[in-house]
Amino acid sequence: MSTVATAPVRTEPATRAYPPGHEPVHHYLLEPGPGPDVRGFARVWPTIKAWATTVDHKRIGVMYLFTVSLFFAVAGIAALGVRAELMNPGSDFLTADQYNRLFTFHGVVMVFLFIVPSIPASLGNFALPIQLGAKDVAFPKLNLASYYIFLAGASIALYAIFTGGIDTGWTFYTPYSDTTNTAVLPMTLAVFVAGFASILTGINFIVTIHKMRAPGLTWNRLPLFIWALYAVSIVQILATPVIGITMLLLAMERFLNIGIFDPALGGDPVLFQHFFWFYSHPAVYIMILPAFGVISELMGVFSRQKVFGYRAIALSSVAIAMLGFFVWGHHMFVSGQSPLSSIVFSVITFLIGVPSGIKVLNWVATMYKGSVWLATPMLYALAFLFLFTIGGLTGIMVGAIGVDIHLHDTYFIVAHFHYVMMGGTVFAMIGGLFYWWPKMFGKMMSERWGRISAVVAFFGFNMTFFTQFVLGSQGMPRRYFTYLDQYHDLHMVSTVGSWFLGLGLLMVLGNMIWSLFRGKPAPGNPWGAATLEWTHTTSPPDHHNFHRTPLVTHGPYDYDALFAGDGSGDGTGGDGSAGRVPGMPAPVPNPEQGGPQEMHKSVDLGLAQPKSKHD
Amino acid sequence: MEDKGTFWLPPQASTTAHEIDALFNFILWASVVVMAGVTFYMVYYAWKYRRRSHADRPVEVHPSKWLELSWVIIPSLLVLVVFFWGFQTFVSAGIAPDNSYEIRVVGKKWLWEFEYPNGSTSVGDLYVPVGEPVQLVMTSTDVLHSFYIPSFRVKHDAVPNRYTTVWFEVKEAGEYQVFCTEYCGTSHSEMYAKVIAVDRGTFNEWLQTGGGGDDLPLPRLGEQLYTQQACNACHSIDGSAKVGPSWLGTWGEVRPFADGGSAVMDANYTVESIVAPQAHIVQGYENAAMPAYPNLTERQLAGIVAYIREINGDWSDEDAAAAAASDSTAAPADSAAVPAADPAAEPVPAE
Repeated sequence: MSTVATAPVRTEPATRAYPPGHEPVHHYLLEPGPGPDVRGFARVWPTIKAWATTVDHKRIGVMYLFTVSLFFAVAGIAALGVRAELMNPGSDFLTADQYNRLFTFHGVVMVFLFIVPSIPASLGNFALPIQLGAKDVAFPKLNLASYYIFLAGASIALYAIFTGGIDTGWTFYTPYSDTTNTAVLPMTLAVFVAGFASILTGINFIVTIHKMRAPGLTWNRLPLFIWALYAVSIVQILATPVIGITMLLLAMERFLNIGIFDPALGGDPVLFQHFFWFYSHPAVYIMILPAFGVISELMGVFSRQKVFGYRAIALSSVAIAMLGFFVWGHHMFVSGQSPLSSIVFSVITFLIGVPSGIKVLNWVATMYKGSVWLATPMLYALAFLFLFTIGGLTGIMVGAIGVDIHLHDTYFIVAHFHYVMMGGTVFAMIGGLFYWWPKMFGKMMSERWGRISAVVAFFGFNMTFFTQFVLGSQGMPRRYFTYLDQYHDLHMVSTVGSWFLGLGLLMVLGNMIWSLFRGKPAPGNPWGAATLEWTHTTSPPDHHNFHRTPLVTHGPYDYDALFAGDGSGDGTGGDGSAGRVPGMPAPVPNPEQGGPQEMHKSVDLGLAQPKSKHD
Repeated sequence: MEDKGTFWLPPQASTTAHEIDALFNFILWASVVVMAGVTFYMVYYAWKYRRRSHADRPVEVHPSKWLELSWVIIPSLLVLVVFFWGFQTFVSAGIAPDNSYEIRVVGKKWLWEFEYPNGSTSVGDLYVPVGEPVQLVMTSTDVLHSFYIPSFRVKHDAVPNRYTTVWFEVKEAGEYQVFCTEYCGTSHSEMYAKVIAVDRGTFNEWLQTGGGGDDLPLPRLGEQLYTQQACNACHSIDGSAKVGPSWLGTWGEVRPFADGGSAVMDANYTVESIVAPQAHIVQGYENAAMPAYPNLTERQLAGIVAYIREINGDWSDEDAAAAAASDSTAAPADSAAVPAADPAAEPVPAE
């Protein structure tokens, strides 16, 4: 009855006070919206502007994620085209020249625009500062600059592709690349420019890891993902300039007719291969090391067990990064380098197999007496273990010089590096995406479809690429537009497999898009992980990641610290109870909760898990 | 051939193939064992220690130095074994015996040319004697190529301005496929050749005649050359355009040149296109650098012309009879069908 005007009803409990800027709905993804009177373009402009000029590592990570995913999709469609053409010998729907452009497009885009930046620039940019307990990377503006440099490089590459394409293969071997009339110059420029993005990101990460760790986060408490990114950054800084110089020399040769690589001008074509692989072999480790880091995280979290041989895994990343500089010659056993160098490169190649083997065995051992949760990220991690082990063992095969002479430049090589790059890096990246997605976007992906996608992609991958091992050892050379009838059956199987693989990846994409709109709100720590991005901040995190700098009192995989609810200690961590919280509930994933995260003092202090009923 | 090869490897046709296969098989089976072990423990642990409740608190596992050391040391030893074995095969399979028979090989877009010690040449077919070591001294005239014979387990790049070698000794007479395995452009995937291994007597006979075909009628000789000289890598006979123009549907037509002139495709122009392909390039094929074939005999040139005429339906019985007559009475150079390939015999420019 009463129409007495009352003060607006407070929906928030009065007892809960939030610092300004840390209200429950405040997180890095959202801009404060304009008033309802603002319409049209003016409504979205502030958001666009805020994202385009952001120096927030999380936003830059998300932008990288979007960009590299786009390139992955485009280059993946090209791969499906390549496989479709190879289903039958002869020309199905492409001419030889179109086919050569298509496989080059696939290779160049996948390598330089997708896989080199993939994990470090997207997941790394997002997770690294939070795992360190830092507000941002050391040089936030440089971080944004490297994104735009990458975009510039990518635009030049796209320009090259749409003005005639390039048909040299992603390796640009001379003298073919000197003589072909396709767009080699713009493409080399693109690689040159994109390289700077890689270098700047590397510098940024190294400085961040050295200078911005939270108190208590010693080197022995660094998450293994950080160790991997640290090793990768070293390689990026040391190796990338070489490809830049090589591309510059190639451009000079084509543009100014200075004889460097072209025998017609007095150059040496094998020199190009030395230069090229001096970058591109370390680059292989730029591609795979971050994946090692992701897998270490996943194996620990989803086994709820300390990663077995933490130090061995951390140091083997660094060992691989260092040794990786001395093996480039194993790409050139049949190219005309001296037999002595071949032998030296062969022995170092085998040495580098050892640290990789150590990692695999340590990961398997991590599950021992653990509590293995076969959630989607773990399924991808296990798929990674299987596929990468095959990739690694076949690496031993092609590292043995005598055998490599038979297998070099056949489909065996194609299968080998797809097992490492796709079965390794891409599967790890998808696993990592499922893992960090709730933190990035505050939404859970569909667990059921995630698991189905893992199974379908795993099946399709093996069908596509295992057949190629047999094709290769039977002598089928790579980069062939058509082939002899004896290889027909296996090519057919491989092509059909590529459809399953494509379907699996499509499910992942669908799952991501679905989750953004329909996904359940993510709790702060849905997986029960023990690293800072899960224990000390909300999903998605605040603009500045943490309200107070966290104090790190335990290692990255000390899950018992999360469980210790025995009531001992005062909960401050000052008594050696390592931040144990009295009565702290087990980190049970509970998708029913969540939504805009509420912050509590104990979360800031690292004494409580964000977003649980008790918060 | 009895040897059909295995699931993994093609037949072993050279004397060194079994060494490489032995190492291949060793690594293969060692890998299978390792893979089985890793997979077993992966699946077993994932099942045995599966999470039953989200409140599961696993037992702490103390790292074992010895266990960790064991999987540093054992793999190191294994890979060193593999390295020495691979090194040994590389050396023993890589050094040609002193008494090797030497054949020069030139790779060019997109054919393989072979030159024998007595000056004979062949394209696309490499004749070798069985049971003797043969060393190929290879180079390239344009871009990188790679000479690969799967059944012999040999491969090496052919590099411009350099000589590289491979050697092999064929165990049994037969034909063996050769691939180019270094990407070299449009017709890379059709840069085939064949190794034809014959006994020494047949080989010597072949060396004298330089490929034979003397007793074939001209169109058949042309047909043989079409694949032997690798014309098929760039020219189709079904009207479809490949790197070069098709041989079907062009005979007797006016061909416009890139430099503005044109000529009717007749015997004169055809022969000029074979011996000096760069003289007049048909529009649209400016970038298809066809190699010159200066070493073909007049009869071989006539054969190719006859073959082109035949597939275009322009080869009648009278032509055949005339050709046969000129074959038997006169030197091939006087063949009525083919005037001498003289650079001065320019096709008539239009207008």
